[in-house]
Amino acid sequence: MDSLHLLKACFLLIPAVLMGCLLFSRWRWHVRLPAAIVLGCVLAFGVAGWLPGIMDYLVSFSIMAIIYAILSLGLNAQWGYNGHLDFGVAGFFAVGAFTMALFVTSAPAGVMAAYAQQWFGLNAPYLIGVIAAGIMAGVVAYLIAQPILHLRADFLAIATLGIAEIIRLIFQNERWLANGPQPMSGIPQPLSCVVDGGNCAWLPDAIKPVLSVMQPRDYSYLYLVIVTLGLALVYIVLEAMVRSPWGRALRAVRDEEDSAAMNGKHVKSLRVQSFVLGAIIIGVAGALYAPYMVTIDYSHFKPLFATFLVWVMLMLGGSGNNKGAILGAFVIWAVWSGTGFVTDYLQVALQGIAPDVASRMSFLRWAFVGLLLALIVLYRPQGILPEKKRVSRFLQEPEN
Amino acid sequence: MVDSANTATSGALPGSPDSPDTMTVDARDSGGARSSRFVGGVLLLVLIGMWVAGWLSGTSAQDMLSLTAWGVMLGGIIALGGIGLTLCYGVLKFPNFAHGEFLTLGAYVTYGVVLVLPQSNPIWRFSFGWELIVGLVLAAAVTAVVAIVIDRLLYRPLRRHQSPLVLLAMASLGMEFLLRGIVYLIWGSDFHFYYSGRSNPALSLPFGLRLQADQLFVFALAVVLVALLYWMLTRTRIGKAMRATADNPDLAQVRGINTEQVIAWTWTIGAGLAATGGVMYGLASQMRPDMGFVLLLPLFAAVIMGGIGSAWGALVGSVIIGIAMQLTSAFLNPAYGPAVAFVLMVLVLLMRPQGLFAQR
Repeated sequence: MDSLHLLKACFLLIPAVLMGCLLFSRWRWHVRLPAAIVLGCVLAFGVAGWLPGIMDYLVSFSIMAIIYAILSLGLNAQWGYNGHLDFGVAGFFAVGAFTMALFVTSAPAGVMAAYAQQWFGLNAPYLIGVIAAGIMAGVVAYLIAQPILHLRADFLAIATLGIAEIIRLIFQNERWLANGPQPMSGIPQPLSCVVDGGNCAWLPDAIKPVLSVMQPRDYSYLYLVIVTLGLALVYIVLEAMVRSPWGRALRAVRDEEDSAAMNGKHVKSLRVQSFVLGAIIIGVAGALYAPYMVTIDYSHFKPLFATFLVWVMLMLGGSGNNKGAILGAFVIWAVWSGTGFVTDYLQVALQGIAPDVASRMSFLRWAFVGLLLALIVLYRPQGILPEKKRVSRFLQEPEN
Repeated sequence: MVDSANTATSGALPGSPDSPDTMTVDARDSGGARSSRFVGGVLLLVLIGMWVAGWLSGTSAQDMLSLTAWGVMLGGIIALGGIGLTLCYGVLKFPNFAHGEFLTLGAYVTYGVVLVLPQSNPIWRFSFGWELIVGLVLAAAVTAVVAIVIDRLLYRPLRRHQSPLVLLAMASLGMEFLLRGIVYLIWGSDFHFYYSGRSNPALSLPFGLRLQADQLFVFALAVVLVALLYWMLTRTRIGKAMRATADNPDLAQVRGINTEQVIAWTWTIGAGLAATGGVMYGLASQMRPDMGFVLLLPLFAAVIMGGIGSAWGALVGSVIIGIAMQLTSAFLNPAYGPAVAFVLMVLVLLMRPQGLFAQR
């Protein structure tokens, strides 16, 4: 194994260990942490040693799966724990991504201003962009929640679907805001100096030569670490929140609104809180998505990719279960990517026979995912990992 | 959705205002309930405001009048889809997100038939010949069959399991993508016209209005079909059974109504009307695979505005939304049409969540 692959494996170590921690969550910490580290080492160095060819693909796959996992967690905060039928994930996702883009880029000047327009460009640090994206998505969600959230569940579904469409239309048509139908490009990637020959000012001199084997194209390894830490943070915060009395109140409001109100819970405000919390998480996912893509435009936020897939992920993984949300994101993203290979193969196979039909093969995936959601709803609406009925680990496991 | 949540969510099923289920929901909704006369007045004011805004932005009164007339025609198209949607919503109690795809499917099946059949000369001043009428009837039948098959395979098992409304809504969203994927697969993502290159001159009508004969046909067809539907709902046996099922499915069943048969009829009528609406939309502009999804928001806006389950309400809501969408295009990017529909819907929801013409 050469030094480049060794270094790449070291980058993979953090996500692999964190995955181990999630997998072994049934065990106590003094067993769990060593087990996770062992598993992480085996995975990271095993992949680097035996399958170096798939490493790059694995990393780009994992980054998208993790961003979807964060989206799925956000939706879980809304739907899984409080029963909001939010068909507008794409809207909050777009708000987060474009807010991030506007905050971290600098406004085009000089000749560039003739080609690209944007409302403002603050050239702010990455973290500020993430926080701003979360706040913006939360504010939008709060404003939407005011007139709509107290209505029936189906009205919320229609309204959020509409809001997402309108947000997309705004980003599509308003050139002054975020360069209209043209893409917003050049979103800076955080810490990209690390892989650029290791010439960051703040890096100790001892590490610089080690990192110098990394090329800018290997940036995704570093970004994988960043999004994994983001996912871990969101997961831990969300898990702590839903296990708190506040989280139990959310579930009470979802299951028995009247009883919750009778027990002194402020139903209306709790519903708004969970809706806004979910939107903030979705916005953060958008903020992580924008720098990874470098160039974003309105077409990234169509309902299929940004709303529908997330719903399929959460429903398959298990609504009301954060682990399920993450699992579902990985499984469905694997299915989606896998069917991509199938449709590509079909496209090549049909090219000679019927080139017309061949070019449409990519739409086979739409039909397939639609069917998949119907099957999940029909046969396993609770998902792979159903919600745990036990609200506190100090209580006994309830009998079903 | 987890099992424990079933009780709460099934309590949120929409229904007639007097069923016990909805009493709690209505209590939550009653915050800003105004009389339908008040809401109608506000909507009229909004439309007048749009008229004035368009006029002030430099569009001549003549053009504004034309836009209004086109809005009424667009309302006719929305109404054809909306009536089916409101019927399904009323009887089956869930928002069918796949309804827009019935419009797309109808339009494209007709397109397939028109391509196969020999072209006859255009009828009167219309741009289409008899083959379009034949295609329309066939497409309505095909779409109805598709709707019934989906119901048998997906929605009926869900109903049997007493699934909460949200699961049905989600399943219908899945069907939306399934049907759209199939349309893309068969017909590709290009735009299509029924008769590309055929001239379709506008008729000159009094007041300097210029309308195509096709547009008049679309609206006349919408009015005739709504009138027929109204007659059916109030006078025929199946129509009364439909209303009874919408009111209270259990009671209807106890009284010997075959609710599954009623539901099959509901799908037939709803999908058939939607297919007709899709053909009309394809005739008025062009066919594109996402047209159903683009129209979905105006459809829902019209249905909610008119009151779920009310055919007349859907027609009135559609015409209001059609006019609003056309009028605002005088001073706003026409791409924002769905946004205008949406804002009007929210306005009505704020003032009167049960809609203008709530059932009884």
